Amino acid sequence: MRYTQLTPQQVQHMLSVIGAGSIDELFRTVPEKLRQREPLSIPRGVSEPEILRDVSELASRNHDGTELTCFLGGGAYDHFIPTLVDALAAQTEFLTAYTPYQAEASQGTLQLFYEFQTMVCQLLGMEVANASLYELSSAVAEAVMMATSITGRSRAVVAESVHPDMLRVLHTYACERGVEIVPVAAPDGVVGEAALRAATNGQTAAVVLQSPNFYGCIEPLDQWIPLAHAHGALAIVATDPIACGLLKSPGALDADIVVAEGQALGVPLQYGGPYLGLMACREKFLRKMPGRVVGATKDLEGRRGYCLVLQTREQHIKRERATSNVCTNQGLLAVRAAIYLAAMGRQGIAQVASQCLNKSHYAARRIAELKGYDLRFRRPFFKEFVVRSARNVKTVLAACRAKGILAGVPLVRFDERLSDCFLVAVTEKRTKAEIDGLVAALEGA
Amino acid sequence: MVPRAQRKDHPLLFELGAPGLCSAALPECDVPAVRRSEAVPAALLAESPPPLPEVGELDVVRHYKRLSHRCFSVDENFYPLGSCTMKYNPRINERVAALPGFAHLHPYQDDADVQGMLELLYRLRCDLADIAGLAEVSLQPAAGAHGEMTGLMIINAYHRSRGQDRRKVLAPDSAHGTNPASCTICGRDALAVKSCKNGRVDIDDLRAKVNEDTAALMITNPNTCGVFDEQIADIAEIVHAKGALLYLDGANMNAVLGITRPGDFGVDVMHYNTHKTFSTPHGGGGPGAGPVAVAKHLCEFLPVPQVVRRGDGTFAWDYDRPRSIGKVRSFYGQIGVLVRAYTYIRSLGSDGLRDVAEKAVLAANYLAARLRPAYKLPFPPPFAHEFIAVPEFPDGEVSELDIAKRLIDHGIHPPTMSWPIHHCLMIEPTETESLATLDRFVEAMLDIAEEVRLTPEVVRSAPHTTPVKRLDEVTASRKPNVRWRGE
Repeated sequence: MRYTQLTPQQVQHMLSVIGAGSIDELFRTVPEKLRQREPLSIPRGVSEPEILRDVSELASRNHDGTELTCFLGGGAYDHFIPTLVDALAAQTEFLTAYTPYQAEASQGTLQLFYEFQTMVCQLLGMEVANASLYELSSAVAEAVMMATSITGRSRAVVAESVHPDMLRVLHTYACERGVEIVPVAAPDGVVGEAALRAATNGQTAAVVLQSPNFYGCIEPLDQWIPLAHAHGALAIVATDPIACGLLKSPGALDADIVVAEGQALGVPLQYGGPYLGLMACREKFLRKMPGRVVGATKDLEGRRGYCLVLQTREQHIKRERATSNVCTNQGLLAVRAAIYLAAMGRQGIAQVASQCLNKSHYAARRIAELKGYDLRFRRPFFKEFVVRSARNVKTVLAACRAKGILAGVPLVRFDERLSDCFLVAVTEKRTKAEIDGLVAALEGA
Repeated sequence: MVPRAQRKDHPLLFELGAPGLCSAALPECDVPAVRRSEAVPAALLAESPPPLPEVGELDVVRHYKRLSHRCFSVDENFYPLGSCTMKYNPRINERVAALPGFAHLHPYQDDADVQGMLELLYRLRCDLADIAGLAEVSLQPAAGAHGEMTGLMIINAYHRSRGQDRRKVLAPDSAHGTNPASCTICGRDALAVKSCKNGRVDIDDLRAKVNEDTAALMITNPNTCGVFDEQIADIAEIVHAKGALLYLDGANMNAVLGITRPGDFGVDVMHYNTHKTFSTPHGGGGPGAGPVAVAKHLCEFLPVPQVVRRGDGTFAWDYDRPRSIGKVRSFYGQIGVLVRAYTYIRSLGSDGLRDVAEKAVLAANYLAARLRPAYKLPFPPPFAHEFIAVPEFPDGEVSELDIAKRLIDHGIHPPTMSWPIHHCLMIEPTETESLATLDRFVEAMLDIAEEVRLTPEVVRSAPHTTPVKRLDEVTASRKPNVRWRGE
């Protein structure tokens, strides 16, 4: 059988040591009437060439980013991944280790997470960070729960310009915890100031903002964050880690808790997951933060070493009184993100950000010059923007797709009012020729 | 057997490199540059790039290569970590997940462009329902604990749909810590049910605690004491008689694959841990995946979207589920992990999966039988895929922690410790180990028992072969230093 390595003779020997007549006897505590009589309906096992044929056939029926030119974004982006990331993250010592509970046998993973936490802080401009959560939406939900616990308040004001998944997941979590979600409309691409002022008050635990937001627009965080603080509410900011190569970090703008989708940091698109949620906060909130955290310490002989810290917050110690039920981090994705940031470094991340800005603005300008298209929002943006089309969006996108171009995400999928719009993302990976190709395809659509 | 550990302190990334270095080379920007001050308001523009490290390529490679040498892993070490199912992670699963047709798909591509992906997810959904003996599976939850939370939300939605607001969730005192923590996340009060001396649920205590305010009982079977609770059908009946539901924590599914199905023993909701049962790599603590399976009366509450097969044979995402609990994460799930799980399940097939359970249980019972002369086994055999052993040494002299640390010197990852009962080791060998490895573990454990008698200080001061000695974890948590600050 695949992946087991006990011969029939060895099985007999083991049974005799146990004192059992058969393997079946070892299952005698499973009552007879509960035993499965028929085999599972799953087909019988197959050899390696056969399974490869099966999955390769499934993979071949997909049209992926090596075949198509991707201008899709909306929370998942086609950024360049340096070879180092794949080469180094594939080391099976990283791949096949477990959570580093046994510090002496896990110094590699622990030091890596400590460095990861540091680089997340450097990028987001924050004091402390954890070793990652599942992905952005659930990280935001965790941040809101954290804010309710810190403030003792139970209302969260949420900008409607955040990713729609974030809002949906927040509703799912909040429904069970008695947290009230107060949405604030963003009709002009960013949150409306009057609406935000009206929604925020002394009962607000947190104001949740995303910048660059779902539409790609940069929110005036320098105005919104003080507004939250004026009411004693925390400012939770979701951001794009790549944007931090160019924009002022949320930390520098005085955010209290910062979350981000880490996919852009060396993680392939993989049809939406696994990704990683970055989370950082003020040091005084460290003990309220969910998730694994690694700290530096010394061993008995005074050598520098690392271990998991603050485990008394966590479920395996605190059980029902834990800060969260989160058990794992996204270890291997944190490894990838760390290697990405190490490879890119200070200069690289600034270059990536700057090319995103230049290329998206070039694309936006060219598209807006076309007859029948304009930009839906007149706002500063970073790498993504909303195009309004006079022609049927579905037809336009299909025409581009026929030319091998994934031109954008139709927004009708999220909001009926934006049925004439689609969202275009332009990363540093796109070339001028590809952008010109998109422009030509839109023109001809 | 000891990994390529280096005793010397290894520098931090931040202690390498020099200003101006970079390991990534991007092409020149081929479009006209936009003036930053025109594109972005000055108040939102950074004055300088973030203070990330600046290191040359070779030094980045050496840094991570050396870090990788300082980790125990299944690929190098026997890893009998109870309740974690550290089995071999087949190489082919990595190869498959990296196929461009899976790895380079954007989540917002049209369904028509990703038919192969959707079919794989649909097949996996059906396979997992088959293994569970339940009606339908959601692949969305990101990890086991996330699956628990999703399952409890489904249970809450079910009771609400019947006009009930049940506040209590029961779980045996031997349950994983995530169970009560998940209850809190879902706004429910966790209440422990006692276990008997033989590791089974105390039925009288269950009867006394279950009532009309009970939303569910969360149970793990085989449980963390390493035994299959044969009262399970009665337990289900007691719970159902009060209108409550039975939740199964699927952490220990490795022991019963193809032997018995949760749906057949009365389970209404369960989650899987693909990184335990279905060999997806643990990755130093993730990514996992926690698919949730439910019985027929709960299907309508599953998260959206659900992958479905349409009447015309094509596959699609279905959002039209008005009674769904909603979404529990971004996009659709841990797809890359699920591709690996599918590959594993279909490689092994129905016959191979049953073989997994048989060999996992055989290996655990073999280790237990061989350790019995030197270690106390508090629960009666036969065991499932794991068992509890308690070192029988004079109190206070050598603890289970010392034994665990001494195993590291033998190149073996320590078992789970001090849980679910005091001073214990929870040992789970998995089905993938050879007899030689199992025997080597037994010899190491017997050697250590002998050492405790003759030279206990050697055990108490272990490990001796790792890059660092025992760490001061108390100060690390009391005065946390969780990031480098240039000191």
